[in-house]
Amino acid sequence: MVTVHVTPNLRRHVSVESASVGGGTVAEVLQNYFQRFPILRGYVLEDSGVLRKHMTVFIDGLTIQDRKNLSDPVPSNGEVFIMQTLSGG
Amino acid sequence: MSSQFIAGTRKGLFLYEHREGKWAVAQTAFLGAQVPMVLHDSRDQSYYAALHHGHFGSKLHRSTDGAQTWTEITAPAFPPKPEDEREVKCPMRGIPIPWNVELVWALEAGGADQPGTLWCGTIPGALFRSQDHGQSWELVRSLWDRPERAKWFGGGYDYPGIHSICVDPRDSRRIAVGVSCGGVWASDDNGANWRNCAQGMRAAYLPPDQGGDPDIQDPHRMVQCPGAPDHFWVQHHNGIFKSTDNLGHWEEVERVAPSGFGFAVAVHPRDPATAWFVPAVKDEVRIPVDGRLVVNRTRDGGRSFTACGCGLPQEDAYDLIYRHALAVSPDGNQLVFGSTTGSLWCSADQGDSWQQVTSHLPPVYCVRWI
Repeated sequence: MVTVHVTPNLRRHVSVESASVGGGTVAEVLQNYFQRFPILRGYVLEDSGVLRKHMTVFIDGLTIQDRKNLSDPVPSNGEVFIMQTLSGG
Repeated sequence: MSSQFIAGTRKGLFLYEHREGKWAVAQTAFLGAQVPMVLHDSRDQSYYAALHHGHFGSKLHRSTDGAQTWTEITAPAFPPKPEDEREVKCPMRGIPIPWNVELVWALEAGGADQPGTLWCGTIPGALFRSQDHGQSWELVRSLWDRPERAKWFGGGYDYPGIHSICVDPRDSRRIAVGVSCGGVWASDDNGANWRNCAQGMRAAYLPPDQGGDPDIQDPHRMVQCPGAPDHFWVQHHNGIFKSTDNLGHWEEVERVAPSGFGFAVAVHPRDPATAWFVPAVKDEVRIPVDGRLVVNRTRDGGRSFTACGCGLPQEDAYDLIYRHALAVSPDGNQLVFGSTTGSLWCSADQGDSWQQVTSHLPPVYCVRWI
């Protein structure tokens, strides 16, 4: 199972918490996490499903490469961290 | 007399009340967040606030207790993108127009006969409609799919946007929207069909042979006189325009001093010949002419203007008033406007004189009377 964490900056807007979900890619992990916290989807992804331009996702400390299709593989016991980038202010 | 107004700013929402002879903050909300648009729905006294999070996108909140508490509701959003969706690119830069709500730029209530109907204009130029007080939204595809949208481009923003929505008080199925830069579009059938209504406008920012094209006009803000709904005013990128024939055509108001450039406009609720503008040096500079902040008022349909500066800074003033940051009260006697310096001013005499409410807010994006 993959553990998903969300930046405190997001948690001040939406009520979410760290959780363990299944999934082998970033897209799958996020989809499963959003099933538990549906309101978060619009905070992380644009309407088209790509990662918002001032958001990033880390997998075990490394930023993902595929921001459009979210196809980066996630290890089965990996840690995913969702956070904002400073480029957004 | 209206005793409340609401201001959306770069860092929060502020509800002002008039008590003991002065205006004071009665409620704050969303401190730290951009609030580009607010709406008070007089049909049911609810409030709506659009938030623009730099990281997290556009959100929408609703209050049903006088702005004391807020609940996040569904924000307008594009549906899943169809595989065969036509890609439209900005004609100036060749980049795709995003399938994403970049900014909520207009919020208006439907007619009194349409409880729960709300209209929302956005950057990149999408119009949305809710029929359930904002719990759900649908993209108005009939406008989004207009082939002329391929000619639209951003005016001061990366992408085109709908900033003004006018619902005809005589018939709520008649709606007009203003697009920067895409002209004026109107529907007579609740948004099922649309026609361009910018004939007569002039775009000096394009080669002369293209300047009259209605599809690329840049109305900064459009307002409709509620008491005389055939009459509209536009503060355009190139000056002031008015229509007196229900958008049949636009007539340019010429020789406006100190300047015909600006962003905001307000029209008297009953007298279509009375309107207010906040002029600035034309488009490259955008600061008050000669450092004097004035509100330009016409009472004769634009034949003449009075530059009202009593109570406003008359030297070294660099305030700019954004398109949604000027409002006239329902009785037509009071005005409020806010500026990029975080200042707010009110008038109780149709602009003859002004009182500064504050100079310490974050930059003001929008104001509405309650």
